[in-house]
Amino acid sequence: MSDTTYVQVLDLACGGLLLTSVLMLWRRELAVLIRVFVVQGLALAVVAGVGAAHTGSVELGGVAVGILALRAGVLPWVLRRAVAAVGPASRETRPLVNVATSLLVAALLTLVAYAVSRPLVALAPSAATSAIPVGVAVVLIGFFVLVTRRRAPSQLVGFLLMDNGITAVGLLTTAGVGVTVELGVSLDVLLAVLVLQILTGRMRETFGDTDVAELRELHD
Amino acid sequence: MITVLILTPVGLPVLGALTYLVVGWRPVTALIATGTAAGELAAAVGIAAVVGASGPQVALSGLVRVDALSAFMLLVIGAVGLLATATTPSHLTTEIRAGRASSRTAARHSLLAQAFLAAMTAAVLAADLGVLWIAIEATTIITAFLVGQRRTREAVEAAWKYVVICSTGIALALLGALLLNYAAQHTPTKPGLDLVGLLGAAHSLDPAVTRIAVALLVIGFGCKAGLAPLHAWLPDAHSQAPAPVSALMSGVLLAVAFYAILRVKLVSDAVLGAGFVRALLVVMALASLALAASLLIAQRDYKRMLAYSSVEHLGLIAIGAAVGSPVAMAAVLLHVLGHGLAKGVLFLGLGRLSQTAGTSRIEQIRGVAARQPVLAGCLGFGVLALIGLPPFSIFASELGIARAGFSAGLGWAIAAALLLAAIAGAALVIHMSRMLLGAPAEGPGTATAAPRLPGMTAAVLLAGLALSAALGVSAGPLTDLLHSAAAIATGTP
Repeated sequence: MSDTTYVQVLDLACGGLLLTSVLMLWRRELAVLIRVFVVQGLALAVVAGVGAAHTGSVELGGVAVGILALRAGVLPWVLRRAVAAVGPASRETRPLVNVATSLLVAALLTLVAYAVSRPLVALAPSAATSAIPVGVAVVLIGFFVLVTRRRAPSQLVGFLLMDNGITAVGLLTTAGVGVTVELGVSLDVLLAVLVLQILTGRMRETFGDTDVAELRELHD
Repeated sequence: MITVLILTPVGLPVLGALTYLVVGWRPVTALIATGTAAGELAAAVGIAAVVGASGPQVALSGLVRVDALSAFMLLVIGAVGLLATATTPSHLTTEIRAGRASSRTAARHSLLAQAFLAAMTAAVLAADLGVLWIAIEATTIITAFLVGQRRTREAVEAAWKYVVICSTGIALALLGALLLNYAAQHTPTKPGLDLVGLLGAAHSLDPAVTRIAVALLVIGFGCKAGLAPLHAWLPDAHSQAPAPVSALMSGVLLAVAFYAILRVKLVSDAVLGAGFVRALLVVMALASLALAASLLIAQRDYKRMLAYSSVEHLGLIAIGAAVGSPVAMAAVLLHVLGHGLAKGVLFLGLGRLSQTAGTSRIEQIRGVAARQPVLAGCLGFGVLALIGLPPFSIFASELGIARAGFSAGLGWAIAAALLLAAIAGAALVIHMSRMLLGAPAEGPGTATAAPRLPGMTAAVLLAGLALSAALGVSAGPLTDLLHSAAAIATGTP
């Protein structure tokens, strides 16, 4: 792969990461959110894939396949099951912040991400590291989704968005943390999501709803 | 031979978990958990002896490493683990008899508690920050089902908050670890996340990137350690989890998360100087103490009261670590052990009380001393141990932290911390004396004879108190280990 194509594909994939994150703020239907999440998983796999093709690393190629399977396959499947358990009321009806404000906040968070990531880019300037702020922005937007959504499944989406952002930062720092840690991290995310999915089911059993605002038995 | 010894503390609980998976839970197999915890404590003593005699040991081609600091943490895990698992059989039998659990829930409880001990042990044995992260995050997943065990509205709510807040917090720590790895990659030795390697490469780590990484790591692990402002999961989880699990979470989970902060602090101090982490820790410590003190005063639920007391003690531990001198670090480590023992005794004792009384509201419990003198005695002395009265070890460690703090020029922070700790202590004593003293409440259900405290539970509570008192009088054979562990934690071995 020529250097120009590498940079173009990488930038395209990172653009895809950011665009899908913003789409998650815009749309409300959980089914749509899951489809957007699949696209983001694909973009993440492309980031790993072009990195593998560029450096000729077999290990990174394996990571790309793993990301594709986990983030565009298994996790959306788990999410779909969580939504199916919730039933027809699968719309995020009452988010704490409306769409227009959310989009403005996303723009602000992206600026913040670029500001705080300057030392990260400066350490080793390259096509990959200059995209690190995109990963940081996805983390921040994911955090924002997590704290402003009230349905349990949409909080789950926020958590996964954060995690995608962290994975993107990991891939873009072009360091890799070794197969053991990479595997452990993926397994942990998968398990955390499975646990949250089970708890969503229990929440529906005991509360008859997945509105996290119902969680107010425990307080001081 | 050394490898076998080092891997025993992880291997035993793994075997225990497998046993519960295969044969399930019966009154006979209930004792396996106690056995593995006792074995783990024995192995920890062995490891401490080996490390004391011949320095840090490495196993499994560098993946596992024990030094005096990890050996001390193994002792904490072993001691608190033994307290909790020894009372688990009677706790579970009572639950089953009351119809709140079945032998299936008991088997799952025992399996998960064993997995929890294995993960915590793996965390302190890890030579690599990445593996340490995985082990700590794994405990979130393992304990989620223990917190939500009773499947009531409150339990589901606590479990949901626990998983969401802790996973998010620990995700920040992961981002920090990735960035630290990135900085490490651009040094000549490329140590990755190996803790010793990072210290060796500290002079060539990029300070700006390390600063971001360390802040994320301290905040992330601080969330798991229950430090304010990220403590929100803790009171809910501790109040809903079964008593032995609360004891484990307070004494072991918070301590191991704080151990991770100590390891990060070492790298940060070498790259950025001591000031950076100190500032972070002082802010989080004072916030935790202020929050705990204010919420303890008006507390109405005695399990939440203990949870906020854990926030308070982690605050004291954090301020000790912020001081960071060898004396302060030795006191911090002693405080970790003393807090684990005293909090373990109180959680187990109050857990027994809530099982027999059927409520965890402070105002509904009166006159325990008149009806259950042994339990009341243990609870009374437990509170005295917890608020740091002599001869208990928390007195010695708080004194050590305070003296070290004043001589290190952090006097204002220490003074504020001690004042807040005194308020928290007074609130604890007032609430507890209301429950223990006075005439038993009149009303339906109080006419029946008080249930007897199971012999094993009584023995465990007394042993915990005795050990805490003994440690307060003299650290005895632990002295050398404490000093070498403190030397490692200050980066001056």
